[in-house]
Amino acid sequence: MSGDEACAEGAISAGCRFFAGYPITPATEIAERMSQRLPEVGGIYIQMEDELASMAAVLGASWGGVKAMTATSGPGFSLMMENIGLGLMTETPCVVVNMQRGDPSTGLPTLTGQGDMMQARWGSHGSYGIIALAPNSPQELYDLTIRAFNLSEKYRLPVLIMSELATAHMYEKVVIPPVSEIEITPRRKPTVSPEEYLPYKPDSDLVPPMANAGDGYRFHTTGLTHDERGYPAMSAEAQDKLVRRLVEKVKMNRDKIIELDEDGIDDAEVVVCAYGIPSRVSFRAIERAREEGIKVGMLRLITVWPFPEDRIRQIAGQVKAFIMPEINYGQVVLEVERCAGGMTKTIPVPHMGGGVHTPELILDAIRQAVR
Amino acid sequence: MSKVTGDNEKHPLDAYLRTERLPHIWCPGCGSGLVLNCFIRSLLKSGLNLDKVAVVSGIGCTGRAAGYIRLDSFHTTHGRAIPFATGLKLANPELKVVVFSGDGDLTAIGGNHFIHAARRNIDITVLCVNNFIYGMTGGQLGPTTPLAARTTTTRMGSTEEPFNIPYLAAASGAVYVARWTTAQVRRLEKAITEALLKKGFSLVEVISPCPTYYGRLNKQASGLDTMKYYRSNSVIKPDIDLKYADIKLNGQIVVGKFVDIERPPIPNL
Repeated sequence: MSGDEACAEGAISAGCRFFAGYPITPATEIAERMSQRLPEVGGIYIQMEDELASMAAVLGASWGGVKAMTATSGPGFSLMMENIGLGLMTETPCVVVNMQRGDPSTGLPTLTGQGDMMQARWGSHGSYGIIALAPNSPQELYDLTIRAFNLSEKYRLPVLIMSELATAHMYEKVVIPPVSEIEITPRRKPTVSPEEYLPYKPDSDLVPPMANAGDGYRFHTTGLTHDERGYPAMSAEAQDKLVRRLVEKVKMNRDKIIELDEDGIDDAEVVVCAYGIPSRVSFRAIERAREEGIKVGMLRLITVWPFPEDRIRQIAGQVKAFIMPEINYGQVVLEVERCAGGMTKTIPVPHMGGGVHTPELILDAIRQAVR
Repeated sequence: MSKVTGDNEKHPLDAYLRTERLPHIWCPGCGSGLVLNCFIRSLLKSGLNLDKVAVVSGIGCTGRAAGYIRLDSFHTTHGRAIPFATGLKLANPELKVVVFSGDGDLTAIGGNHFIHAARRNIDITVLCVNNFIYGMTGGQLGPTTPLAARTTTTRMGSTEEPFNIPYLAAASGAVYVARWTTAQVRRLEKAITEALLKKGFSLVEVISPCPTYYGRLNKQASGLDTMKYYRSNSVIKPDIDLKYADIKLNGQIVVGKFVDIERPPIPNL
């Protein structure tokens, strides 16, 4: 099946029972499949009037006690930023899929891109921790969509799947395991009475338990800076306490969140760092470089945000260079450079979008790095 | 309903308010508190299970209502209360979801969501407190500011035609549409109760004073002046062609229940 369809199936397997969206290339097929699949499993599909409304409806549905998602591409992602911020501030579990295309603005609707990676990190105003996953195949779109729902429930935040048109429209074999083999993270419900419940009092992992609307807790939640009661608290102290926790809950749990795929790094002179579709082109480039006798390792970022700073620093101490192909003018490479700075070179291999790198482009960069 | 105790320290509706959050932010003479009072009384009259009522607000003075009512309540982003409420209602149809917000939030930045929720006939109740102005930010022109009214961004008077909210709601497909002013609290309470029990998209517009900004700039110096204006200028015309229910500066205010029809709602259970 296609990447888009695999993503929708992953959502169904994860227990997603609400989808609100707005048609946009190349994510439309996710909405189409969800519109057929959700009624079959007792879920709700609604096409909203725009992406502002889609994201707001997803948050509302999550507070209604249902796992919820939306899927879009760059222009819609920009509109969703407003309520992704509300989701982060109110700590609302949900999943947002961005099938990136050529950009900026309307860009190249029918051709691929990876230009929204920094927007995924910083796109909604303010400071916060975020989780973004980058699958590179339809199978991984299925698997990581399940993981995204689990992470969103575990850490109570919108989790982003940052894929791209090339994977969305790629057809490959996808294995869907039996339901009994799929691990599902349930919502962390309060264990205290409504009288004692403080909706924003965190557990030791900095994540607060969550009551749903209608559970009888009669709680309040707001996008304003708030205290543990969920009430607006207009002070620098309240801001420090809340925002620090929103950042720290992701940072503190990063080892459990970050997933990497590594190959041949131990004795590598050069490491190619990639995510999404350029990682697949990189495999071919690495194969050819190895045939030429160059020791090349591969570091594939399955989790892009939070960024694997510690691992990059470790590797930076032992290699001549990082090579980073991305379908943008250089975004995540800035993070590699920040972490590797002073220890090793970082060589970006930008591709402006519309297509993917040829293996030769990446191979040339590898050769140049060891010269 | 709670009984009046005679205890001056307690309001009869305290049990339904987050009293620890009082005093509220609303100015003396503002109508928002009055609408909140009517809303709570209507909720009690409606017989709804209050554990299954959720209140959703957007941003603005009225939008703070969600923060004062002791129910599941959501203070969301500017303009997005209706789509948030749509998701909430669809996810849990057991809930009675009420959007409590202002004219700017609902018909300017949230205008698109307003018409589409009415078109779909989403089963929610919308209370739109219309004070003709943006109060929270200090009195700027809004989508309902009457032609020629003064605001802090139209010092010489507005040159724009305002929205006629009942006309807009009815044209968009709302199944229940009423307008009252804060000077008709019993009728308002009755309308909100009916709206709460109506299946589908129900709208109650409440014309409400903003003495601090709208009144002061438009020859209604106090909340009381505005209430007197409402009293002497409100005309009950339930059968009016809503095209003619527009509000002119210091002009007549047509009030009443204008629409009460049946149409399949979403969700339809």
